[in-house]
Amino acid sequence: MEALFLLIPLSVVVVLALVVVLWWAVAAGQFDDFEGPAHQILMDDDTPEQPEQLPQRSKDV
Amino acid sequence: MNTHAMPATAFEANAAAGCFHCDLPLRGASRFKVFVDGAEREMCCAGCAAIAETIVAGGLADYYRHRSAPGKRPEDSMPQWMRDLESFDLEAVQQSFVQRSDAGACRAELLLEGVNCPACMWLVEQRLKRLSGVSEVSVNYAAQRVRIGWADTQVRLSSILRTVADVGLRAHPFDAAHRTALRQKDQRRRLFELALAALGMMQVMMYAVPVYLSDAGDIAPEFEQLMRWASLLLTLPVVLVSARSFYSGAWRDLAHHRVGMDVPIALAIASAFGASVWATVAGRGEVYFDSLTMFVFLLLGARYLEAESHTRAVVAIERLSHPLPATATCVPRYPDSKQTRMVASAALVPGDTVLVGSGSAIPADGTIMEGTSEVNEALLSGEARPVPKRAGDAVVGGTLNAGSPLFVRISRVGADTVLAHIVRLADRALGEKPRFAQMADRIAGCFSLAVLILAAITALAWLSAGGELWFRNAISVLVVTCPCALALATPAALAAATGHLSGIGLLATRGHVLETFARVTDVVFDKTGTLTQNEMRVARIAPLGNLREEAILVLAAELELGSGHPVARALTAAARNPPGVLAVCATRLTHSAGEGIEGEVDGERLRIGTAAFVGALVDTPLPQSAFSEHSHSQVLLGRSGEWLARIDLDEALRPDAREALDALRAAGARIHVLSGDVPAAVHAIARELGVSEAANVLARATPQRKLEYVEALQRKGCVVAMVGDGINDAPVLAKAALSIAMGGGTDLARANADMVLLSGRLKALAEGLGVARTTRRVIGQNIAWAIGYNAIAVPLAMMGWISPWAAALGMSASSLIVVGNAARLQRGGT
Repeated sequence: MEALFLLIPLSVVVVLALVVVLWWAVAAGQFDDFEGPAHQILMDDDTPEQPEQLPQRSKDV
Repeated sequence: MNTHAMPATAFEANAAAGCFHCDLPLRGASRFKVFVDGAEREMCCAGCAAIAETIVAGGLADYYRHRSAPGKRPEDSMPQWMRDLESFDLEAVQQSFVQRSDAGACRAELLLEGVNCPACMWLVEQRLKRLSGVSEVSVNYAAQRVRIGWADTQVRLSSILRTVADVGLRAHPFDAAHRTALRQKDQRRRLFELALAALGMMQVMMYAVPVYLSDAGDIAPEFEQLMRWASLLLTLPVVLVSARSFYSGAWRDLAHHRVGMDVPIALAIASAFGASVWATVAGRGEVYFDSLTMFVFLLLGARYLEAESHTRAVVAIERLSHPLPATATCVPRYPDSKQTRMVASAALVPGDTVLVGSGSAIPADGTIMEGTSEVNEALLSGEARPVPKRAGDAVVGGTLNAGSPLFVRISRVGADTVLAHIVRLADRALGEKPRFAQMADRIAGCFSLAVLILAAITALAWLSAGGELWFRNAISVLVVTCPCALALATPAALAAATGHLSGIGLLATRGHVLETFARVTDVVFDKTGTLTQNEMRVARIAPLGNLREEAILVLAAELELGSGHPVARALTAAARNPPGVLAVCATRLTHSAGEGIEGEVDGERLRIGTAAFVGALVDTPLPQSAFSEHSHSQVLLGRSGEWLARIDLDEALRPDAREALDALRAAGARIHVLSGDVPAAVHAIARELGVSEAANVLARATPQRKLEYVEALQRKGCVVAMVGDGINDAPVLAKAALSIAMGGGTDLARANADMVLLSGRLKALAEGLGVARTTRRVIGQNIAWAIGYNAIAVPLAMMGWISPWAAALGMSASSLIVVGNAARLQRGGT
């Protein structure tokens, strides 16, 4: 039972450590967007960029 | 002594040139004079004078004799940001966000930081209204913005900002980017506070459960004491950090001699924590750490949900102001040269030509000069399908070019654009507080006061009865009461519903819309432009010769096939449905503008068009039967020597008109149709729409008669919603309890209606009616729940039958229920 004298303070320390991790995660923006990342992984953005096209009937002078 | 006298004379000598207190140079004779040390001293400003007076009044005038440096100006002790307020008086700074009229009247939109509840906004409103020179104050809780109008000659912007600061809030000029950053900061703070409370709650519960489950004496006292200390340590951050907003809210209320809903909460948290700490240190008595952390967590959870639903509603409207691109591709010498140059969108002026690439947003309102494309106008209509556009068509800034590149000549920029009007209208609606919300605010205030009194009565009663439980029971009363249905859930419900409406293309421009819409019993439609669209449709084919109708239609369509005229579109559409034989286009076609078309089909010369134009070919008088009063629009078909047919055209109904009216009828609304058109046409349309009662249809109606019609309905006690095109029907619209304008076009600015149907889809009306009624029902449910819950819970808690943890659970569950109920409106719900 004496182990509790160690385990209970240890549990407090663990929770406080979690609080620090949580603070970091929130401040670093880990929770800013809950939806975007799920879609991002499906979006390919590796197609080469196309040069902008001008209208077909352009009548340059 | 000598050393003391010297500086005194030195400063006295300066006094002629500078402020006696801070030594800054005086500009001319000063208005601020204070009697110090036997002489009148001039001060540079009211602040210095106030400080000097305080010093003298405090018997500290010696300070001026002993000091070795000029005194601090009052501004020095102000935080940096408050000093910065002065810079808002500079014209150059104001230019970006203040609108000025000629008479020195200014208007600006300010963003408020630090708002926790509607009460803060109310306070700001009250304080600002009392400032002299302030002519208009309109606060918007959902967007946390305040719009103010003031006279520049009487009051300066910096003093307005300072008044806001006195209330404990910070005001910034509104600026979208800043706004987003603030919102993110706020969101992160809320999330962290919530998660911290959750962690604390879980772990404290771990320590509490063994004590609850074990029999007395099962746990050795030293372990119990250790767990209490551990709980104390973990509750500390929850109470200090997570519960901050409750203290600041309570403090703000008290500082202004009001009782808000945060006061009982803060009192409960502080006293329960204090008592628990005392019990822990003393080693006897009850601890409430578990109840406390749970209370804070669940309460924050409810507020988090409320804030999220608010944010979504605001974003739905703010989304409108975002899509303008920052830069535009200007074509300065169009059409001579197509050399492009990047410019800031804000720098565009009407008359500029820009190139809008595929997939990019149009930077301002304008007209297409060149190019054919499809434009996604979901922004206006909520309709995702792109609309085809070609040269000559108008485009709206912020809409997306989904097809090929376009050259657009800019016609309106900045505050004149359709988008800016929409945003202003939407803002106005959010700024006006509906009666629902005003009432809820008032009741919540009284309610909180009643809670405090009841808690005090409970404590006194139990104390005088000699019970040891007086503290526990008083805490229970404080905790168990739930004003959330009023103070949190009502504004949340209104904001969510407004967000939902704008999502379906129904823009509310006034605050009372949801309230009135829910009560509507009669919906009056104007026919032209509302039930019908600006497309023609074949109504009737009257053969004049011996050709059958199908053959006539095919002939007419073949003649008109190449034309883009509305009549031609109607004829070709009719010939294709049911599919006729449109094998060939007529040959040798000649178009006479405004008259008709001549062409050859199977070697026979035909004309279609006006009676005069066709008559010139036919060369016989038009038979009497060809005249009709049925329709205002008709074309004739004839060949040499013979009239073939008269084709009547009318306006096409909007495709969803029938469905929309059926839905409205199903919702219990009576439908009326008014029109200036001839009776036959109006009744035909009404029949087609299922409006069977002849009394509900009024033809040949002048604006005056339409007005009388609506007035007659209102005398009968009906709540009338008038749907019109917004401009021609303006007087009737103004008369109706709720006016709805069709706003598909760019005339939005002129339409002064309570609601604008941006999408042009009538079905949105039925959905909107549903949303409004649901909102009313949800608010009613919440209030009923709050009354029922409190009526049961408060007496129980006063009797001592509810322990603090059960009280915390009950109250928080109640909060979650009402806020969750309000959040349903966002998605539509039922």
